[in-house]
Amino acid sequence: MLKPDLLIVGAGPAGMSAAIVAARAGLKVVVVDEQPTPGGQIWRGVEANAGTSRGRALGSQYCSGLATVRAFRECGAVYWPSTRVWQIEPTLGTYVTGPGGTRVIAPRLVLIATGAQERPAPFRGWTLPGVMTVGAAQILLKNPGSVPSEPVWIAGCGPLALLYAHQLIRMGGAVAGFLDTRPSTPLRESLRLAGRAVLRSSGELAKGMSWYAGLRHRAGRYVPGVVDLQALGTDRLEGVRYRTAAGRLAEIRTSLLLVHEGVLPELHTARSLGCEIQWDAGQAAYRPVLNEWGECSHPDILIAGDAAGIGGAEAAVHRGRLSALRILQRLGKVAAEPGMTEESCRAALARALALRPFLDRVFRPRGEIFAPDDDTIVCRCEELRVRDLRTVLAGSVGPNQLKAFTRAGMGSCQGRQCGLTVAALIAAAEGRQMGEVQPFRVRPPLKPVRLCDLAGLADEGLSS
Amino acid sequence: MFRLLEDDRGRMESTVTIEIDGYPVIARIGETVASALLREGASWSRTTPVSGARRAPYCMMGVCFDCLMLVEGEGLVRACQTLVRAGLKVQRQTGPRKVGPSC
Repeated sequence: MLKPDLLIVGAGPAGMSAAIVAARAGLKVVVVDEQPTPGGQIWRGVEANAGTSRGRALGSQYCSGLATVRAFRECGAVYWPSTRVWQIEPTLGTYVTGPGGTRVIAPRLVLIATGAQERPAPFRGWTLPGVMTVGAAQILLKNPGSVPSEPVWIAGCGPLALLYAHQLIRMGGAVAGFLDTRPSTPLRESLRLAGRAVLRSSGELAKGMSWYAGLRHRAGRYVPGVVDLQALGTDRLEGVRYRTAAGRLAEIRTSLLLVHEGVLPELHTARSLGCEIQWDAGQAAYRPVLNEWGECSHPDILIAGDAAGIGGAEAAVHRGRLSALRILQRLGKVAAEPGMTEESCRAALARALALRPFLDRVFRPRGEIFAPDDDTIVCRCEELRVRDLRTVLAGSVGPNQLKAFTRAGMGSCQGRQCGLTVAALIAAAEGRQMGEVQPFRVRPPLKPVRLCDLAGLADEGLSS
Repeated sequence: MFRLLEDDRGRMESTVTIEIDGYPVIARIGETVASALLREGASWSRTTPVSGARRAPYCMMGVCFDCLMLVEGEGLVRACQTLVRAGLKVQRQTGPRKVGPSC
């Protein structure tokens, strides 16, 4: 059994940055990550792409990840790629399965840096082959360099949708049309936030505006104010019907629709350990309750990066470093790099988060995604529609009972796709706030485990 | 649904052939089974245990589990988290998983 000082789950910007600080200071660090190479989703494949035409098309922010990946590779942390964590016990005993089989790690402290996932936003037909997320398409752009075979339709709201369209066009793909689901922001509030954003991060703001302008110019069609979507087809996507806030209904023919409604912190890992969460109305997402170091309600677990609350890659780097500094402090070590101080990290974090209030407000998801109609599948795994949950919802039971009665959240994804919607449906049915409704309890294993993986524990002397 | 970018098509030296339901599929070394599948005409990965509806990779990052496929030697796994290798045999998962040896 491996007994490191620190186990880091996730090798994205936060996990790598924390590992670098901790390992350089002399801690024994183990980093496990599901991907075959470091970088997380944002810097996925950066070692292969940086310096190529693809890397240039993906942009300088993407290529800047190479320096962190290189420093991480050399920092001395033990790195297990292609490895999934399927259980962390409250005593921190951690079960992982990867190319080396099933292993148990018993660290002194754990840093969760598992990033984000796209916010599930159910609509009729969203389970059809041909409907995918924008994030999925961006992953294909980074590796192996795939683009939609035909000019593509994108529907959504959020910086990622704009960034993907921008990258796709730069790489020789085409956008057939963009169904903008972003609700309009009240003018006075937009101006106030825009004013602050300009003062703090004019470069980022200009970049975003140019993506928007480019999209409106280069996309075949641009439809603002879309409030409802329906994917049409039987065995695969054949078309999309949409409705605008003005009440206009229209239909397009397409075999691929990319959707995006913002991102959510990955909470399964933290919640499986009983870490407290809260509803963040500004980000329309649950997030863990943390102090300024990323420490949560479990005394030996810290959370950094987007898993701590959506902040983006740059903020994730600084949150990772801050958590690492706290870990060093707790284990009686000091950072090896002279400039790596709490003050410098906090200042850099504040700069990285300067644009966030503006982004959160301008790209706040429309309320409709939390209130899908009766025909919409909520739980993709168990194929349950809103209608199937109605009778139980009426009985004021709460998410865990609803799960037991209907099987919503009991399938392979373990509630990752339906948890937020179910919580919203319960809140609406009971007239409560999201913060008063807890999502499904998380049950082990965090990821499905094969019996042979469990049997592999015999090698660790834990079979009994 | 997807195609490789022009600049990448010529790099045949970096490809392998895998089998999906017995049919050969050309894949790039370093890509996942799901990403190779998405360049095929029939890009669905499984049918569901409940209604038998077709599903295809949705999130590509391991959180939706709609790309569950039977991979030789590994059992039912997320195709978006499984790297291709020469000769790899993959089957679409139809309906519920049957009990049997998988690894």
